[in-house]
Amino acid sequence: MYLLSGEKITCGYGAVDIVINCNIGVYKGKISSVVGPNGAGKSTAMKALFGLLPIKQGKVVFDGKDITNLPPQQRVLRGMGFVPQTNNIFPSLTVQENLEMGAFIDQNNINKMLEYVYDLFPILNDKKNQDAGELSGGQRQQVAVGRALMTKPKLLMLDEPSAGVSPKIMNGLFSKIKEIADQGTAVLMVEQNAKQALKISDLGFVLSQGKNLFTDSGSSLLANKEVRQAFLGG
Amino acid sequence: MSNASRIKFLYILMVITLLVVGFFQSWNVALTIFNLCLISSIMTLGINIQWGNAGIVNFGVMGFAALGGLANIIISMPPTLNAWDSGGEIIIVGLLIFTLSIFFSIILFRKSKLNIKIKYSISFTFIISGYFIMRFLVDAPIEKIEAIEPAKTGYLGGFNLPVLLSWPIGGLLAAFSAFIIGKISLGLRSDYLAIATLGISEIIIYFLKNEDWLSRGVKNVNGLPRPVPYEIELQSKEWVLKVSNYLEIPVNELSSITVKLSYSILFIVVLLIVLFLLEIAVKSPWGRMMRAIRDNEVSANAMGKNIKQRHLQVFIIGSTIIGIAGAMLTTLDGQFTPVSYQPLRYTFLIWIMVIVGGSGNNFGSIIGGFLIWFFWVQSEPLGLWFISQITTHISDTNIIKSHLLENAAHIRLMFMGMILLITLRFAPKGLIPEVKR
Amino acid sequence: MDFLNGITLIANYIIIPGLTYGSQLALGALGITIIYSVLRFSNFAHGEFMSFGAMCAILLSWLFLSLGITLYPLPTAIIVLPIAIVLTISYCLIVDKFIFKFYRKQNSKSVISLIVSIGVMFFTGGLIRFIVGPGDRNFFDGERFILKARTFKNITGLNEGLTLKTTQGITIVLSVFLVILLFWFLNKTKTGKSMRAYSDNKELALLSGINPEKVVLITWVITGTLACVAGTLYGLDKSYKPFTYLHLVLPIFSAAIVGGVGNPVGAIIGGFVISFSELIITFAYKKIFFYFLPNNYVPKGLLQILSTDYKIAISFLILVLVLLIKPTGIYKGKII
Repeated sequence: MYLLSGEKITCGYGAVDIVINCNIGVYKGKISSVVGPNGAGKSTAMKALFGLLPIKQGKVVFDGKDITNLPPQQRVLRGMGFVPQTNNIFPSLTVQENLEMGAFIDQNNINKMLEYVYDLFPILNDKKNQDAGELSGGQRQQVAVGRALMTKPKLLMLDEPSAGVSPKIMNGLFSKIKEIADQGTAVLMVEQNAKQALKISDLGFVLSQGKNLFTDSGSSLLANKEVRQAFLGG
Repeated sequence: MSNASRIKFLYILMVITLLVVGFFQSWNVALTIFNLCLISSIMTLGINIQWGNAGIVNFGVMGFAALGGLANIIISMPPTLNAWDSGGEIIIVGLLIFTLSIFFSIILFRKSKLNIKIKYSISFTFIISGYFIMRFLVDAPIEKIEAIEPAKTGYLGGFNLPVLLSWPIGGLLAAFSAFIIGKISLGLRSDYLAIATLGISEIIIYFLKNEDWLSRGVKNVNGLPRPVPYEIELQSKEWVLKVSNYLEIPVNELSSITVKLSYSILFIVVLLIVLFLLEIAVKSPWGRMMRAIRDNEVSANAMGKNIKQRHLQVFIIGSTIIGIAGAMLTTLDGQFTPVSYQPLRYTFLIWIMVIVGGSGNNFGSIIGGFLIWFFWVQSEPLGLWFISQITTHISDTNIIKSHLLENAAHIRLMFMGMILLITLRFAPKGLIPEVKR
Repeated sequence: MDFLNGITLIANYIIIPGLTYGSQLALGALGITIIYSVLRFSNFAHGEFMSFGAMCAILLSWLFLSLGITLYPLPTAIIVLPIAIVLTISYCLIVDKFIFKFYRKQNSKSVISLIVSIGVMFFTGGLIRFIVGPGDRNFFDGERFILKARTFKNITGLNEGLTLKTTQGITIVLSVFLVILLFWFLNKTKTGKSMRAYSDNKELALLSGINPEKVVLITWVITGTLACVAGTLYGLDKSYKPFTYLHLVLPIFSAAIVGGVGNPVGAIIGGFVISFSELIITFAYKKIFFYFLPNNYVPKGLLQILSTDYKIAISFLILVLVLLIKPTGIYKGKII
C-alpha cells in the first residue's frame, strides 16, 4: 500500500496536457524517484501531486484518504512537505527563521524538529543567525530541505534537489536524503541525475512525454539495458 | 460598440457639450474651455505615445510644459537693456563650465578603468570645483542683472522674435532635456522611472522659480507677445463693427470671441499635425516594434532589439510634444508663472486623461483630454450645486451646511480620483480601447 | 568659547532640526517601504494617508479641548493619537478592501497599482479638504519649549542660543520608540517574521501556511500607524496644510529609494540622509566661519552652497545621484 499515490493522473497548463494517465507512488519510509528526459513532465507531475496544479483526471491518495482537491497548506498539515526547485528559501531571513517558518502552521514539535534538522545538517547550526541568502548553493538546499522537514512530515517531496549544486555536494545531499528516509520519512523526488537518484531509490518511475515508460525498483531500472541506453547514457 | 462608432459618438457628444455651454453659459466660456481642452489633448497625446505604446511611465509632464513656457520668454520677450553688458555671457560661460565638469565626470566614470574609489573622488572633486567656479563667476553678474529695474525686468530677456517660433523651440528644449533625463533614468524599473521623472521635473520647476535672471522667478513674466490680434485693436476694425451689428453681439464680446477663435484655429492646426504624425508613427514598423517591446520586454530583448535606444526615442518624442503644448499654454495665458506648475496635480490630471480616454489610442487620448478638462473646470460649480441640492432642507444658518458649501469646491479632487479608480476597475482599456494591429 | 559657540550654532540650526525632520521623513519612508516590500507597489497615496492621520488628530484634539481634557505640558494631539491611529488604520483597510485588493487578486503589474494609488491620492486629498478645508491649521497647544534660547544662554554664558521645541523633543522620542517597536515586531515575533517571509518569497510563504490575508492586514495596521504618527508629528512641528502633505510624498519617496526600497533600515537612513543634506547644503556658513576663523579671514557673503529656496529640490538631486550611482540604494533594496 502506497503512502502517497497518484492514480492515472492527467494534468497540464491550459488546454495542453503535460502529464497523461500517470501512476506514481511512494511507500512509507521509502524513497521513490521520478526520472526521465527534459520536458517529460516530471516536475509538473510533482506539482500536481502536491496540489499546486489542478488535476483534470485521476486521483491522489495520501495515507488512505483521497486528497485530490485539498489545497497545499492542508496537505502540509496532513504530513506532506514540499521543496520547490527554485526560490525555495527566504533569502533575507536567517537560517533559523527559515526553519521556524517551516513550522509556521504546526508549532508543536518546533524545538525537537530544530534539533533534528541541526543534527542532520550540522553546518546550518553553525550559520543559524546568518541570512539564508548569503549561503552557498548546497547550504541553501539544506535550508530548503530543513524547512520542509520542520512539520515532521510523513512524506518529503523534493523537486530536483541537486539542481545547481556541484557534483561533490550532490553526493552529500543524496546521502542525507537516504538518511532522512532511513529515519522513517518517505521521500518522493524528481531528479535530472537519474543514475544517482535511482541508486538510493526503492522505487523508480521513468516518464517520457508525460507517460509512464518503466516502473520498477531502483536497482532493476539501473540494470535494465533499455533504460540505461535511453536515459542513463549507457 | 465598435471603435469607429465610439469615436463618432464621443466626438459628437463633445461638440454638443460645448454648444450647450456656449448657448447656456457663454461663448467666451465655451471657447476658453475648448482652447485648454485642445492643449490638454496635445499633452495627452505626448503621454499616450510613451505610456500607451511603449509602456514608459513619465510623470514629468509639468517640467516639460514649464520648459515650453520658458521658450516663450527666450524667444519673444525683448532683451533687457544693459543686462547682457552686466555679464550675461559670463553666466552662460559659468553654466557651461559646470555642465562640462559633470559631463567629464560621467565620461570618466563610464570609460576609465581606475579603482572605483578613485573614480568617485575624482568625479566628486571635478563636480564640486566646477560648481564653485561657476558660483564664483556667476554670482556677481546675476546680482547685477537682477538689480536692473527689478519691478519690471531684472532678467536677461529674450530675442524679440515672433512668439509662434517659441512653440517649436519649446519642443526642442523639452526634447533636449528629455534626452538627458532619459539617459539617466530609462534603464530603471517603471516605479523608479516614475519617481525619477517626477523628481527631475520638480528640479526644473524649482530652477525656473528661483533663477530670476532667467525667468524672473516668482515675479512672473507678464505681457508676452501674442500671435493673434489684441481685443482693443479688433474693436476699432470696421469689419468687426459690421459683424457685431449683423449678429447683434456686443463689440467687446465679439472681439474676445474672435481672439479665442483665432487661438483655437492655431491649436487645432497643431493638434492635427501632431495627430497625423503620431498615427503614421504608430502604424509604422517602428510603432509595431514599440508595442512588441511593451508587451514582452524579455522576448523583444532576446530578439536583439535595442530596447533602451527605442525607449529613449519614444521618450524624446512624447516629451517634445508636451514641450510644444506647454509653450502653447504659456502663449495662451500671455504670461509665464512658474508657481502654476504643480506637478502632483496637473501631471496626474494628464495621466487621468490618457487612461480614461484609452491608453494606446490617439483618438481616445484626445477625447480623454477633452472630457477630463471639461469635467475639471465644470466640477467646481457642479460640486457646489450637488451640495446645495442635498442640503436644501437644512437652514442656511446651520454650521454644517455653511461648512459643506464652503468646501464643496474640493469635491472635484474626489471626483477625479473616483473617475480614475472606476475606469481602472471597470474599463481598464478606457473609452476608446487600443486597436489591435 | 568661540569653539563652543560654533558647536552650539551647528547643533541649533543643523543637528536638532535635522534629527526632527529626518525622523518625520523616516517614519513616512518606512510606511512606503513596507507597502512596497509586502504588497509590491509604490504607494503615492501615502502622503495623503499621513494627512488623513494628522486631520484625525486635529479634529479629535478639538473635541478633547472642548471637553476640557488636556494633559499640559503635552499637546492635546498626542493624547488623542491612539484614537487617530485607529481611524487612520480603518481608512487604510477600507481603501484596501475596496480598491487595492482587487488588483492584488488579479496579480496586476506593480505600475497599475501605482496608478491606482494616484486615484486614491486624489480621492483622499479631496475628502480631507472637504472635511477640514484647504487652509493652514495650527493645532499645537501645551508648553512650546523644552529648552529656550535665553535659558541656555544664561546657563552657559554663550552668545549662541540652543532651542529645543517640545514638538522636536516629542518627534524624536516618539520616532525612536516606534522604530524600536517596529523592529522588535519584525524580528522577534512570529507574525513579524511571517510578514518578512511573505515579502521575501510569496509562494513559499503560502506553501508554509502563512495566511496572506493576515499579512496584508498587519501591513496596513503598521502603515496606518506610521502614517498617522508621521503626519501628526509633521503637522505639530510645522503646521498642518493639506497641500504641503501632497508634496511631502516626494521627499519621502526619495528617502525610501535613497536608503534602498523594501529595506526598513534603509528607509530610516534615507530619511536622515535627505534631511541633513537639505540642511547642510542650504545652511549659511558665514557665522560658523566667524567663530572658527580669525576675523579678517571671514569671507563676505552668506556662504550658502544653494539658496534656501532649493531646499526641497535637494531631495531630488540626491535621488537622481543615487539612481545614477547605485539604483538599489544605500542598503540594497528589493529588485523585482
